Amino acid sequence: MERILTIIDKEWAEVFKNRIVLFTVGFMPLMFTLMPLAILFFSRNSDMSGDVADLPPSFRAACGEMSAGACMQVFLVNQFLLLFMMMPLIIPVAIAAYSIVGEKTTRSLEPLLATPITTIELLTAKSLAAAIPAILATWICFAVFVIAAPIVGAAPPVVASLFNPMWSLAVFVAGPLMAIMAVNFAVIVSSRVTDPRTAEQTSAVIIVPLLGLVFGQLAGVIVLNAQLMLVVISLLVLADVGLIYLGARLFQREAILTKWK
Amino acid sequence: MIHVESLTKKFGALTAVDSLTLDVAEGEVFGFLGPNGAGKTTTVRMLTCLIAPTDGRATIGGLTVGRDDHAIRARVGILTETPGMYDRLSAEKNLTIFAKLYGVKDVAGQVDKYLRMLGLWERRGDEAGSFSKGMRQKLAIARALLHEPKILFLDEPTSGLDPEAAKLVRDFIAELKSEGRTIFLCTHNLDEADRLCGRIGIFRTRLLTVDTPANLRRRLYGRKVVFHMKRLDPAWAEAARALPFVKEAQAVDSRLIVGLDEPEEQNPILVRRLVELGAEVQFVGELRHSLEDIYLNFIRQETGNGE
Repeated sequence: MERILTIIDKEWAEVFKNRIVLFTVGFMPLMFTLMPLAILFFSRNSDMSGDVADLPPSFRAACGEMSAGACMQVFLVNQFLLLFMMMPLIIPVAIAAYSIVGEKTTRSLEPLLATPITTIELLTAKSLAAAIPAILATWICFAVFVIAAPIVGAAPPVVASLFNPMWSLAVFVAGPLMAIMAVNFAVIVSSRVTDPRTAEQTSAVIIVPLLGLVFGQLAGVIVLNAQLMLVVISLLVLADVGLIYLGARLFQREAILTKWK
Repeated sequence: MIHVESLTKKFGALTAVDSLTLDVAEGEVFGFLGPNGAGKTTTVRMLTCLIAPTDGRATIGGLTVGRDDHAIRARVGILTETPGMYDRLSAEKNLTIFAKLYGVKDVAGQVDKYLRMLGLWERRGDEAGSFSKGMRQKLAIARALLHEPKILFLDEPTSGLDPEAAKLVRDFIAELKSEGRTIFLCTHNLDEADRLCGRIGIFRTRLLTVDTPANLRRRLYGRKVVFHMKRLDPAWAEAARALPFVKEAQAVDSRLIVGLDEPEEQNPILVRRLVELGAEVQFVGELRHSLEDIYLNFIRQETGNGE
């Protein structure tokens, strides 16, 4: 455990001196928290009965007895929930890409691999160092959002929806699973490229399925609810198992020293 | 201390190390010489359990490579070909991280000790990325020593350093040698190997030869003595050749170069004879072939064989 903590400490000390990583870790959570709050604030007194008619019928049906304004706000908040879930995908990718490719370019991995640390400890430490800031950022931003939503004028049904099981599953279960998936995907990509930006940009492909959900909901093909979230979580578990297996195979001493480009 | 038996490493069809067998005794500085791509770094990586041998066996301090890898890594120190420091972290932080990874008890004490010993104390708070090549190399050496390993693998420790920094590193290696540490030194610097190593192995995928520098010279060139004269009469070379123990004698400018088996015993007789013939001997010394000559001889022989 001591060695894992040492590597996490090292990763954070080094990677957070990188402005691009700092920007990703700092700016993105701020943006994804403030934007929906601003939209809630500006839509608090608007008459949105006309707009509700444009909502996908499946979503309108899910609104039940809510007022038009509240239904519209819930729809907007649901869209932002999905964007909000980009945090556990993008932040770990940025950290892992700069951490692993950075070590490749400075050739600091070999002395590290020559220590008594096991590859599992090293991969765990690197994964945690990338995933923890993302998970914490997601949770903190969600907490800020929950606290600030009623203050900026969110309708009571909107505030109540934040406490429904779908949100809890998304933030507290899917979020960490997404972060783990992103880290391992970044490890796999990082083993093949020599530039951190290329690694980061290539790894960003990981957000495509999430964008699929956003557009699916916008088009009315799907409605986010707890059942769908459970399906997403199941798929994430499968993806994590596969990616951890592939990542761990690539993250062996010999593979790193002789096969990584 | 280091026992290697038929160690082989193949990468697909390519054989990087072919059946290497050697022993390095405790406290010995062993020079591992070879051209670029000879397989020296691959050998070091196998012996430090970074990569697995394809075949053969090796023990490091009694521990078996492939079975006791974790314990071996904890007991040996390695200076990799490139220092590989964390450039954004201070020298002190770099060392602290590795001291913790090696499980050093007194982390701060060991870090202080080696920062001072290698003259980096004043710059301990500076980012490693701001260091010169020589300072980075010193920091990498400090990193390899934090856990006080008895066995050290140094891969090109003075490569790319200016003469002053290289001397400093060499002096430090000599100091480590005097502490009784076993050092496996990969180097291109033949003068360095000559000065520091008890024995050297010349390697190109396979071990071409291994011996002390003195024995290698003797094996290749025999022992030769140079007599510097005020003036040289070619007849004196003839006279020298006439002596039964003289293997060869050659007149070169004002010097007489004589091949002998036992110069310690035979030089006085030869000097007496030359003086009798009227020679005015100014200096007498042993002709030393450089290690470079020996190295190139073996490598050329190998290239010739390979072709």
